Amino acid sequence: MKEKLNTLTAHELQGLLSAKKIDAAQIIADIEDRCRIVEPKVRAYARAPFFKNASNAGLGNSELSFIPAVIKDNICSDGDLTECCSRILEGFRPPYDATVVEKLKSSGSFIMAKANMDEFAFGSSCETSCFYPTRNPWNTDYVPGGSSGGAAASVAADEAIFSLGSDTGGSIRQPAALCGVVGLKPTYGRVSRYGLIAFASSLDQIGPLTKDVRDSALILKIIAGYDEKDATSANIPVPDYPALLAKDIKGMRVALPKEYFVEGMDPDVRKALIEAKNKLGSLGVTFAEVSLPHTEYAVAVYYIVATAEASSNLARFDGVQYGLRNVEVRNASEPPLISMYKETRGKGFGAEAKRRIILGTYVLSSGYYDAYYLRASKVRALIKEDFDKVFKDFDMILTPTSPTPAFKLGEKANDPLNMYLSDIYTISANLAGIPAISLPCGMTKNGLPIGMQILGKPFGEQDILRLAYHYEQNTAWHKNKPSL
Amino acid sequence: MSISKDDVKYIANLARLGLTDAEVDNLQTQLEVILEYIDKLKKVDVAKTAALTNALYVKNVYRSDVPKASLDPDKVIPSSPAHEGDFFKVPKIIE
Repeated sequence: MKEKLNTLTAHELQGLLSAKKIDAAQIIADIEDRCRIVEPKVRAYARAPFFKNASNAGLGNSELSFIPAVIKDNICSDGDLTECCSRILEGFRPPYDATVVEKLKSSGSFIMAKANMDEFAFGSSCETSCFYPTRNPWNTDYVPGGSSGGAAASVAADEAIFSLGSDTGGSIRQPAALCGVVGLKPTYGRVSRYGLIAFASSLDQIGPLTKDVRDSALILKIIAGYDEKDATSANIPVPDYPALLAKDIKGMRVALPKEYFVEGMDPDVRKALIEAKNKLGSLGVTFAEVSLPHTEYAVAVYYIVATAEASSNLARFDGVQYGLRNVEVRNASEPPLISMYKETRGKGFGAEAKRRIILGTYVLSSGYYDAYYLRASKVRALIKEDFDKVFKDFDMILTPTSPTPAFKLGEKANDPLNMYLSDIYTISANLAGIPAISLPCGMTKNGLPIGMQILGKPFGEQDILRLAYHYEQNTAWHKNKPSL
Repeated sequence: MSISKDDVKYIANLARLGLTDAEVDNLQTQLEVILEYIDKLKKVDVAKTAALTNALYVKNVYRSDVPKASLDPDKVIPSSPAHEGDFFKVPKIIE
């Protein structure tokens, strides 16, 4: 083998392993070598990888035998530090595996590292991690996107084979686009969230970040399915996604929402999207312009709904059951328990988490609930109706994943609203619960990746994967590698 | 809608979040900007729309009332910052 094994996909490695052309130990050795060179520059991991778990892997000829997995630091794995890149969860080792981790392990995989992320997945740049920011492998002056920035960067830098992230408003797809990898947010309910530390429970989904579409299909097939431990998981059969990829795409009807192709869109992104559309057209796909009229309200709805849910979910971090406890007393007139809650949370949460807790508590508070939360939930219904209407006549929707390619570290760090707006194209899929995939479709003049997004009908992952697969088979963007 | 520093302090108390004065100042300025942006939702006619809180597939989940094994306290309790036996330890609540 001339090619380093760390550069390959899970399905390629699996093929080589079953043909006995490579040895499982070689995979780990190549990844370890790569980590040694690139991790100091990229910092994709929340803490040093632990290859010791490799000895637990195997399980004969299972689909991911001996293939290491990287998971975001908000997904619990038994006994491994899982801190959501937040001081408040300092030292937390979950006493159980998330359902997705259990599924990976029973497919022969093992957890090799926890990926860096924005604290509690609050961010679009990976800069709010309490440890350090992750850097974009294509240019380390730039952010990898977020919040699953480490998960995306590790795959792009070939220091991982694949990873799992979570997506509440674009946190898998936006970093996938900015790092030039494939990122899939499944339909709400497709993948169990048991063991995912909750951010916004009506929006969160776990999904794969991979080097190609076939791996995305393979990993989704493994992690999807009903789980009695997650009451929102759907009891709907899981298709054999990889087996359905090759089916013809001629005659597929794809909608282009005019609200996503507006003035001010980055010219390189626009050009890449037009070329992608032409390529798909040459493969027999038909296109028409449509309207999703409530698109302009998606970010506002999201920052009410998501922060409201986050402020409730984060109530559990109070210094009692896990993580940090701070017993400094600032206000002696306060009961000691209340003081402990406040000081623990004041010390443990970073600036963005505090901002979201305050905003979320505000929009839910007495007197403001109707004006904010209730109104946002109604506009959310209108956003979903927009999609329902389009899907009556179309199979899928094509858009850019992000209005711009990667931006520089620090560029938006002190401008929360501007940062929130970088999720403008991804948020609607979470509000409507529909699946969406981002895949590479070009490069900017400055050598940064561009991603396109395909949105599908609820539980239509097989369709968006198939369209993505055919595009990928007829282009070479996914073969580009950063030089590090 | 505008938000005052006292509003921020009031909300912080509801959320049991200790903030420094500098943090209160900063949050007040940033929330003003965010709330001004969010106010665009007032333009939407929602008079005839029902709220949507979960996009898809929501139904109540029942199970039979049969006890099942829970997590082992010996693995759970040690994760807490202060504990004694099988209990989480907190500052004194009752005088």
